[in-house]
Amino acid sequence: MTDTIDLSMVDWSRAQFALTAIYHWLFVPLTLGLSFIVAIMETIWVKTGNPEWKKITKFWMTLFGINFAIGVATGIILEFQFGTNWSNYSWFVGDIFGAPLAIEGIMAFFLESTFIAVMFFGWNKVSKGFHLTASWLTAIGANLSALWILVANAWMQYPTGMKFNPDNARNEMANFWDVLFSPVAVNKFLHTISSGYVTAAVFVIGISAWFLLKNRNVDSAKRSILVGAIFGLITAIFLVITGDGSAYNMAQKQPMKLAAMEGLYKGTSPNGLIVFGIHSGDKKVEDGTGGINVKLEIPRLLSLLGYRNGNAFVPGIEDILKGGFKPEFQNVPPLEVDKAFSAEEKIARGKLAIAALGDYKRARQTGDIAATNKADSSLKVNFPYFGYGYLNSPDSIIPNVPLTFYSFRIMVYLGGFFILLFIFTLYYARKQTLETKRWFLWLLLWSIPLVYIAGQAGWIVTEVGRQPWVIQDLLPTVAAVSMIDATSVQITFWLFAVLFTALLIAEVMIMTRQIKIGPKDGGTN
Amino acid sequence: MFETLSLSCLQQYWWVIISLLGALLVFLMFVQGGQTLLYTLGKTEAERKILINSLGRKWEFTFTTLVTFGGAFFASFPLFYSTSFGGAYWVWMAILFCFILQAVAYEFRSKPNNFLGHRTYEIFLFINGALGTILIGAAVSTFFTGSQFIVNKLSLTELTNPVISRWQGGAHGLEAVLNWQNVALGLAVFFLARILGILYFINTVSDKNIMGRTKKHLLINAVPFLVFFLAYVFALVLGKGFAVDPVNGTIFMEDYKYLHNLIQMPIVLILFVIGVLAVLLGIIRPLVNFEKCGSKGIWISGIGTILTVFSLLLLAGFNNTSYYPSTSDLQSSLTIHNSSSSHYTLTAMSYVSLLIPFVLAYIWYAWRSINNKKIDAAEMESDSHAY
Ligand code: HDD
Ligand code: HEM
Ligand code: HEM
Repeated sequence: MTDTIDLSMVDWSRAQFALTAIYHWLFVPLTLGLSFIVAIMETIWVKTGNPEWKKITKFWMTLFGINFAIGVATGIILEFQFGTNWSNYSWFVGDIFGAPLAIEGIMAFFLESTFIAVMFFGWNKVSKGFHLTASWLTAIGANLSALWILVANAWMQYPTGMKFNPDNARNEMANFWDVLFSPVAVNKFLHTISSGYVTAAVFVIGISAWFLLKNRNVDSAKRSILVGAIFGLITAIFLVITGDGSAYNMAQKQPMKLAAMEGLYKGTSPNGLIVFGIHSGDKKVEDGTGGINVKLEIPRLLSLLGYRNGNAFVPGIEDILKGGFKPEFQNVPPLEVDKAFSAEEKIARGKLAIAALGDYKRARQTGDIAATNKADSSLKVNFPYFGYGYLNSPDSIIPNVPLTFYSFRIMVYLGGFFILLFIFTLYYARKQTLETKRWFLWLLLWSIPLVYIAGQAGWIVTEVGRQPWVIQDLLPTVAAVSMIDATSVQITFWLFAVLFTALLIAEVMIMTRQIKIGPKDGGTN
Repeated sequence: MFETLSLSCLQQYWWVIISLLGALLVFLMFVQGGQTLLYTLGKTEAERKILINSLGRKWEFTFTTLVTFGGAFFASFPLFYSTSFGGAYWVWMAILFCFILQAVAYEFRSKPNNFLGHRTYEIFLFINGALGTILIGAAVSTFFTGSQFIVNKLSLTELTNPVISRWQGGAHGLEAVLNWQNVALGLAVFFLARILGILYFINTVSDKNIMGRTKKHLLINAVPFLVFFLAYVFALVLGKGFAVDPVNGTIFMEDYKYLHNLIQMPIVLILFVIGVLAVLLGIIRPLVNFEKCGSKGIWISGIGTILTVFSLLLLAGFNNTSYYPSTSDLQSSLTIHNSSSSHYTLTAMSYVSLLIPFVLAYIWYAWRSINNKKIDAAEMESDSHAY
């Protein structure tokens, strides 16, 4: 067949995936964190027997339920989209990638959906203890579902625990534990769930601050703020630690993403970290000089953070394209020993690998053993660059630098900001002056949108920064799609855009009304 | 323990699990069926509220079963996932839209300030109930009637277009409605879901007016169900089927293939017959003696549904049959042997499958703990979390 893939279809598919993932991620972080906060509040109620806590628990639980419903609605589409829009991907790595999705369903989603029913409908039907257990199990279920999907995502960033099987033309799982406990997966899970915890903490504090501003439900609001701020401070510190872990992993596994995130065109030894910078919009790789115009830099810090070595050489975008430097980390030990390959070399090797796959299959069909073995060994040697074979120019391995660069900075600034926010909240709360600091209460309220921006920015770094790869080095986006016409994807894109936006508006309207109604008497039920 | 099983055994084990999940899904679609009856059985707001709340405690299970069914199919038979979902794009997209609508409808419907108005959410529930069941039924029917696709793994070596599964024709799955058998199974599932919905209401709702209407509608839905279902089954056993040569894997058409499968796999035949009889029994008993036998109907017909669908899916995959046949290129057809995951992955997943009984156990326990008494108008008044 001679037809070629329609690139606008690829772009629409990417846009659709990004749209739906971004919508899903508007609701998931709150679910992850609020489920625990609710469980903590209910625990306090059971321990103290103070009905005020029951009232608070039920209030936050109502908001949790509204958010949860739309989280579920946006989730189902993501799972099936791997098949509908990324079908080649689904075949190429389905042997590995399908497993976490299935485990997620069996292990996490059922746990969550069963006990959430007890949580909402069980108040006067089951015992206090059983109800509390159900609340905790719901939280655990939600976080387990994050575990499995993040394992899947981490595997795309750092494919491990697998080997390519030329007979089936696909990757097969070789070690489940390598997939589950890959350093990228572990760190990504911890960083992402803690981002959810921080999201929920800011949400709880922000809304409670609004109650204080309106002088309503003052007692409930203060209690909520205390729980939220303590939970938030602990998890925000953890968030920064694991964020550093993310960058460290990235330096080893996805150096191009790191270079884009840092706006680093030409590496030096050692490299400083840009605290503040403005990316020069028309930057071309050929220009030679660095791509950041105005900058405030801390010397050596990038080398230190990326490689735990203050003198390390951090390759920039140009270095990665041209190759030739000595890599600090050996991604592919048998090949790159002293100096990194250039992008061109990798593309050439990728094409060799793909051709070898064809030779292998044809030789198998004719039963030519010598040719089979020859093709097999060429495939083995060049397989680490398989995906490069689908690319045509070295430039195509560069992601969108400004977007990655700014998104990363937004996330990190906000990470620091939230820590300060929680510290001041606790300080004022202790001094009993929170109600009088009206500007601070407003700040708390307006931090709610900021925490969502931080989370989205994080995903933009991760997902945009790894372009053009769906699976790092093994499969680029163009080779991952389904064969559908661009118009069909365009139609579904707009259907999703309209539907999800309408549902988002509905959610926000319902949520604000429930907040205005405020905590109702916990009552006997 | 699973390591020692042969690849073929694991493939069969996983086809059994997929069939079981599919069967459970069809049974749980009583929720969808019930959603299409809100205005038929409930004449006042208060009555509809009771109906919606009785379904509202169960919809998550249907939804989660669908998600898990998809995930399990992906993990165990990835080639099906990539071929069918990427090819029959419009059918699956339509199914997904239906389920997105459902997921928010319960929680949002009765909340103040809900932007679209409660009527819209009820329409969402109706769309999900009607379209969701018909489309899923029609999609399952293509397991027997075939679809238009070509699979060629060598495509991966074509640099400008490496997609291995390609659908033929531009309708992307919508062409399935041109085959009357697909439509018939879709409608059979739709009416079955409505029957199960009614039986479920009879079991959980305590309201005189609603109960007064159920009997009549049970009959109204039972008749078309039987017509479509029996037509489908006759066409199935009397028609050709997609057979696989066990020696070299070649696919060919065989007359009376599914009839042969029934005869050659007597256990499946027995399950099928018991299943169909149980479905009928669950319908007939309340029609004959409502007071005495009414509330058990959902269990009898439910188990019957599970057995029937389970045996139909076994019929599609076992005994050298292609479960996802291609009418464009017979040799591209998928069998449980040429479309599965590797031995390693199936083994790992098989260990995970050991969790399923525990999952079923806690679901059962949790259901009972919140459903130990029938839903009535008084409860709707007092429950702080009524939909
Ligand atoms: C409230 C949200 C939030 C905040 C305040 C931060 N992060 Fe973050 N970050 C996320 C929410 C997030 C996330 C949404 O959870 C991401 C997206 C993908 C992922 O693994 O986590 C993420 C990704 C992400 C990545 C990319 C990982 C990858 O590509 O695999 C890095 C390097 C960091 N973060 C580093 C940090 C640092 C150093 C922070 C210091 C304060 C920080 N993040 C704060
Ligand atoms: C592309 C990737 C993703 C897919 C395919 C996916 C899939 C799904 C599906 C199918 C559901 C509905 C489950 C149900 O039936 O109850 C869901 C809900 C959920 N997902 Fe995702 N998801 C993705 C990304 C994420 C991420 C990145 C996280 C967290 C870090 C996450 C966490 C959750 C949680 C906590 C829920 C529970 C419902 C809620 O959102 O409130 N998901 N997801
Ligand atoms: C829920 C949070 C997530 C967000 C906000 C997000 C965001 C994005 C964005 C913005 C893109 C488009 C990138 C581009 O085209 O330049 C994208 C692509 C993609 N992401 Fe994510 N992502 C999320 C989670 C995930 C997870 C958990 C997975 C996998 C398990 C995943 C898999 C993909 C895939 C397959 C694509 C399409 C191919 C591509 O363009 O790279 N995403 N995502």
